[in-house]
This record gives sequence, structure tokens and C-alpha cells, in this order.
Amino acid sequence: MRKLGSIVNNIRSKNAGPYWVTIDIFCKNKKNYNDIKNKLNILLLSKLFKIKKEKIKTFKIDNLNVIKISFPRLLVQGHMNDRDMHGAQYSVILSEIIL
Amino acid sequence: MKTTKVLVPSGVLGLGFDLTAFKNGLKLSPDIISIDGGSTDSGPFSLGTGTSKYSRASIKSEWKTLMKARQKLNIPLVIGSCGTCGTNNMVDWMEDITIEISKELNHKVKIAKLYCEIPNNQLLKNYKNGLLTDLEPKVKINEKLIKSITHAVALAGAEQIQATLDKKADIILAGRTTDTAIIAALPLLNGSQPGITWHGAKVAECGALCSTDPTSGVIMIEFNDNDFIIYPLSKKAKCTPETVSAHMLYENADPFILHEPGGYMNVKKATYKAINEKKVQVKGAQWIKEKNYYVKLEGARISGYQTSSLVLLRDERYVKNAENWSSKLKLFLIEEIKKRMNLKTKDFDLEFRHIGKNATLGDLELKNSRPIEIGVLCIVTSKSMEISVEISKLINPFLLHYPLTKYEELPTFAFPFSPVHSERGALYEFSLNQKLKLNDPMSIFKIELKET
Repeated sequence: MRKLGSIVNNIRSKNAGPYWVTIDIFCKNKKNYNDIKNKLNILLLSKLFKIKKEKIKTFKIDNLNVIKISFPRLLVQGHMNDRDMHGAQYSVILSEIIL
Repeated sequence: MKTTKVLVPSGVLGLGFDLTAFKNGLKLSPDIISIDGGSTDSGPFSLGTGTSKYSRASIKSEWKTLMKARQKLNIPLVIGSCGTCGTNNMVDWMEDITIEISKELNHKVKIAKLYCEIPNNQLLKNYKNGLLTDLEPKVKINEKLIKSITHAVALAGAEQIQATLDKKADIILAGRTTDTAIIAALPLLNGSQPGITWHGAKVAECGALCSTDPTSGVIMIEFNDNDFIIYPLSKKAKCTPETVSAHMLYENADPFILHEPGGYMNVKKATYKAINEKKVQVKGAQWIKEKNYYVKLEGARISGYQTSSLVLLRDERYVKNAENWSSKLKLFLIEEIKKRMNLKTKDFDLEFRHIGKNATLGDLELKNSRPIEIGVLCIVTSKSMEISVEISKLINPFLLHYPLTKYEELPTFAFPFSPVHSERGALYEFSLNQKLKLNDPMSIFKIELKET
């Protein structure tokens, strides 16, 4: 079994303004995209990121083979307990899971 | 209608760009040079203090290159979100730099400044009059919070940039603007369709990030009646339908929708076509005009004062039990701080992060590895610098010597610094996630002109 990060082209995350984080998964091809799209469900994302299911938005972008995940930050960017100002390391959580 | 060529040297002034690529762009007779000067990306400090994230030297050297090019071509040069945060004093800071350069180059220029800051009393009045609407996620505000904001800005759109273009200025120094407005303003004025124009502006706002060579920086975008054509100017870089369409994803929570003052753009029906190996033609995005005109607000305030201390654990037993050690230490310290300083739990925040273990992801970390050493970053936050420093000094000997068990020789860990704590000063926090309704788009914005 291989980690998600090693079977796709790229996974990146970044703030979308101070209150949101967005993660983009760039899949290798249609088959890869369809496989991952079916396995990556809201329940799993909610568990991984400790965010309520109803707050997570997912977008499946067929023409780009991209899956996009956006959710409000647990802590606003720059909060005294915020650990990652740019939200850029959230992607690692997905890169390292095995679906 | 007239085709408008916008030259974008890079995603932000201060980041650097490929000079040869920039010169290639100048040969193609652009109608305007547009560059962004900031964002909220690096955190609330810049807006909270009204300071630039980038050094003055970086800004000046790149701005000088752009000013020389502008003079030669006699076209407008526009920068949005001056000095990272786009506060009024940062517009003036950028004006200082501009005047300094114009003297050095012996240029005569007409400068238009667009001020976007909202004073607290004006913000409060708008709040009381019910003109503020919450955006998602909802961030609670009240009168006390609004009064404590150190800087609040409204994000200007195309209308406000167009008002400065109307003044026939050579150089436009804008306070906080949407990243796209400085690119979209002129083509919209020249009659390009709004959906297509905003879409193009979004793709071009980070410079060559929409190409195969993001670090080359420079992008040209041509706005026609019902399409835009985009291409990078570095020899090696290419725009492809994939690189161009993927850029709508970047730093955008919704990949199909982009809100701007006055409405929003929808790219669901957009089509992308390679017209040669470098250029992409895009059509089909739609603009949905909203009934009311809103501008998004940003604000920051001081949420405390902070110190940080670092202690290094290398002893194998302590590394193995680091979390256990620091949670015992934390409980002990909280009681000592309360007792010795007569403080309540809510008066301070004490946080330990384990570098080498899970300092980046905290309790979202799934891996459990055994590092050879752990850096324990100790962060103290309270309502004053004096209290935070006092707490840091109070905890200092325990950070150095706290034993894992009661009956063992006192350990001594590694402190890399003397003094151990660093004063981080005021901690700022973003405090607004609202939009403000305006009857007249210019009502809260101000334009000033200056000739050198």
C-alpha cells in the first residue's frame, strides 16, 4: 500500500484568506482521480482535520483531475496558538495517509 | 473595442523577477504595468502595525526598475496593497520611495494615491447603522472590539482604481485592493466583458505562477472583447490550458467563484485553448452583478503580548518522555505563576510545542517517531509585556532543571540563548470578516495627487 502523496502528482495546502484553508490534490490521470475521489470521503477528512463534517467543502474538478478541499481554520491565522501561519503544512496530513 | 495589454512583472513587489523576461514584455507595448504589493498571507502583524513585510531596499530596487520602464513607455504604473497591508501610512511610505527614485532618475511624475483605511469611529458608525454583513466563517464583533482595532482597511475594487486612472496619473499607489482589481481596472474601462476580465485578472495576479516556470515572474495578458490571451515572457516558460485553469484553485476556497466589489465571477463555463506552445486563450467566464455594492474589510488588533523561550532536550530518557515531562511541568508552572504572581488562569497562556515531535501539526499529527532531540518551544502570552516577561523569568529555572520524577538528581538541559526568553512584543490578531455596504463606491476611499 502506498501513501496518497506518492500516487498523485501533487498535494498542496494554503490559506484562502485568514479564516480558511484550502487543499488541492492534483491526480495523475482519470483513473487515479476516480479512485481517490471515491475513497476520500467527508467522514475521513473530518477525522483527520478535526473539523465538523458540515463545515468541509469538497470540489471535484473533472477536467483537471483535481480534488479540492476547503474548510474554516480551527484557529484564525496568527492566533496565539496557531502553528502554521500559511496553512501550508496541512497537506502533509493527506500526503501521508494510505487510502 | 480596444485590446488592453497588461504587463504583470511578478506576483508581488519585493519577490524579484526575471529582468530579461520583463524587457521582452516592454517590447510588446503594454498599456499598463500592474503589480501587487501585499496580502494577508504572512499574518496579522503587517496590518496590525501598518508596516511592510518586505525590506525597503528590495522594494526600492524593484520599483526603480518599474519606474524606468514606465518613463520610457509613458504608460501608467500601478501598485495595489502598498507595503503589504495597504494602510494609509504604507501608501505614504511608497510615495516617499517613489519621490526618492524620481529625484535620483530626474523624472517628473504625477502620482495618484488611493487611501483605503477606515478609522474606527467610521467603522463603528457603519456597524451601528447595520451596514456590515458577516462573511463565512462568522467572526463576532462588537463595539469594544471595533474600538480596539489598530488598523482597518477596505479592499478597493476596479471602480476605485479607475477613479485614479481618470486623474491621468503616471503612477498609482493604492492602499489595500483586491489582488485582481489593479489588473482588471483598465481593460474594464476599455470595454472588455467583466466576467472574462476578472477571470484573466485572477489568473495573472500571481504573475508566472500560472505558467510552467513560476519563479520567472513576468506575464502578459491581453484582454479582448470576449476572450483573454495569457503568456509568460521568460523564454523557457509556457502557459498551458492546465497551468492556466489550475490557477483558479490557488488561495481560493471555491475554485469556480471569485467575489469582487459589486459582484462575483463564475468560471464554470470557461474554456481554455492553447493557441501556440506558449499562449492560452480563455473564454466563457460570467460576471454576476449584485444588487448592492459591498467591499470586504480587514482589521487587526492587539490580542496580547508574547515571549518565547527555547529549551533543548538531548538526554535519551527525557526525549523519550518529553510530552509527559512538559505536561507535568506545565501543570506545576501554572500553579506557581498563579500563586507567586497573584494571577488567574485566564490572565495568561502558557504553551509548550515539541519541535522534532509535533510542533507543526499539534494534535493533528499522525506519526509517532523517536527523534534524537526535542526542542521545547515555550510561548507565554498575557495582557502586558511586563507580565509575560515576569512569567518567563519565573519559569526559567524550572525549564532548565525540572526532573521527570521526584527522586532523581536535578537535570540541566540546554539553553541556546542568554537571556533565555525573547520578547516578541505585541501579538496581533485578524479581527474582521465582514463586508461593508456602500451607496457610492468612492464614499470611504480618498484620492490625493502629487506632482514631483
